[in-house]
Amino acid sequence: MTFVSVRNIFQSYGDRPILERVNLDVAEGEFVSIVGASGCGKSTFLRLLLAEERPVKGEIRIDGNPPAVEPGRERGVVFQRYSVFPHMTVRENIVAGESFERASGRFFGAERRAALARADAVLARIGLSHVAGQYPATLSGGMQQRLAIGQALAARPRILLLDEPFGALDPGTRLQMHDFLMELRAETGMTVFMVTHDLSEGFKLGDRVLVFDKTRWDADYPDRYGATVTYDFDARDGGMPFQHLLDQFPGLAPEFPLSALPGSAVRDHQGPEAAPTGPRL
Amino acid sequence: MRLINRHPGRVLALVLAALPFLAALVAYSVSSEIRLAANPQDRLLPSLTKIAETAGRLFTEGDRRTGAILLWHDTGASLRRLALGVGIAALVSLVAGIGIGLLPHVRKTFSGFVAVVSMVPPLAVLPILFIVFGLGEVSKVVLIVVGITPVMIRDLAGRTMEIPREMIVKAETLGASSRVIASRVVLPQVMPRLIQCIRLALGPAWLFLIAAEAIASEVGLGYRIFLVRRYLAMDVILTYVIWITALAFVMDWLLRLLARRAFPWTGAGL
Repeated sequence: MTFVSVRNIFQSYGDRPILERVNLDVAEGEFVSIVGASGCGKSTFLRLLLAEERPVKGEIRIDGNPPAVEPGRERGVVFQRYSVFPHMTVRENIVAGESFERASGRFFGAERRAALARADAVLARIGLSHVAGQYPATLSGGMQQRLAIGQALAARPRILLLDEPFGALDPGTRLQMHDFLMELRAETGMTVFMVTHDLSEGFKLGDRVLVFDKTRWDADYPDRYGATVTYDFDARDGGMPFQHLLDQFPGLAPEFPLSALPGSAVRDHQGPEAAPTGPRL
Repeated sequence: MRLINRHPGRVLALVLAALPFLAALVAYSVSSEIRLAANPQDRLLPSLTKIAETAGRLFTEGDRRTGAILLWHDTGASLRRLALGVGIAALVSLVAGIGIGLLPHVRKTFSGFVAVVSMVPPLAVLPILFIVFGLGEVSKVVLIVVGITPVMIRDLAGRTMEIPREMIVKAETLGASSRVIASRVVLPQVMPRLIQCIRLALGPAWLFLIAAEAIASEVGLGYRIFLVRRYLAMDVILTYVIWITALAFVMDWLLRLLARRAFPWTGAGL
């Protein structure tokens, strides 16, 4: 079931092509990591998903909706930096996630009290209750990114876009953020796109890992061709594909258990009596 | 040890800070002494005691004819013009600055115009202002506004455009309209810069105020200075100059205090 569909995307800046023929189908709840060398267009692709810029050709739809012309509440985003509002306290930043869609951008009265209570619940969930009244500048980098993710989720987006969200963090904090993100994702079942420079991070967090690269290369004119998705790895089960193929297609199962093959380390419960006459694969 | 790495101690820092003031005071007293020794009637460099006497008289004694204390009247009139001029300039520049910084259509329309207008020397258009707005209060206020607004607009528009693109996009993904982005993301972040702008603009604002008062006025600090200049009343002029300096200093200090109190987040994290 396709939730996010990317159809034949081309993007270029001036006469310099960045992306060409990008096609992608992503199911709801999938976590897609996007990796690639610098300048391979992965950030451009994220900006296209975000609708911050529009493609020269092709279209991106979320849940079949018409292609967006500007960023909106369907898409949540966390950048490497500047993702929270420095002039608001931590609690107000979370409230802003809900209140910004109002005409005045604020809540009043009972509604405000309810929103503040919800914000406190969110802060308790993301472990920032003790700094609720402080300004983001007093927080560590990891706490700021947790706040940014909490704020983005407060607006209840359909997809969450992460642009190197942990790029500016130290390795220890980064690992904590991985756990934090995996927990949040297990709770919300959010569809996530994450651009990262860190391959192991991409494989660890993602269900799929997309690699952007150029398929055609002009040695005399490196800017002639754009990049596209060159690899689409299944990153589930520790990066080993087809581990659950039989669940999906039981008909592919061999008529006798593979574990009973001669030399197999695994002993099947049927015992060695069911010894095969020969593999039928 | 290199000079760039040497720092004065606390006491020495205080002494060093006081040194130029003391030096200026001593230099003045000595020159005044020399001139007065040659001619006790000399008016150019009155002694410090004479200035103090005059100051005391100006601040407390009323005019012989009307009984009103002129210095306070002058101060009131000048401060009113200054506050009006700077206030209007602040308001206009805030709206225009955010508009130019945030809305591409407004930017394309006005940024070139503002850049050109800010090059017009304000004092050169003073006669035009007098002709158009008369010799009353309006022309003086307008001179201040014309003098400081274009620079403030450019500064605030620049500050608006300095706000990271990421932050604006983030607000968009939270569903914020242009209005909400202007009022809840941009305005609060531009306000500290506005205070900074006003602090910097106060210097030129005083300049334009005194220039306008000197040319055509009936009351005001600048008017008084240029009036008593005819009598070479240096003691009065110096009192007024010191008074204006004190006023400007206090305003600057108050604005700095306001900025720190009203925008605690700017200093957060330091």
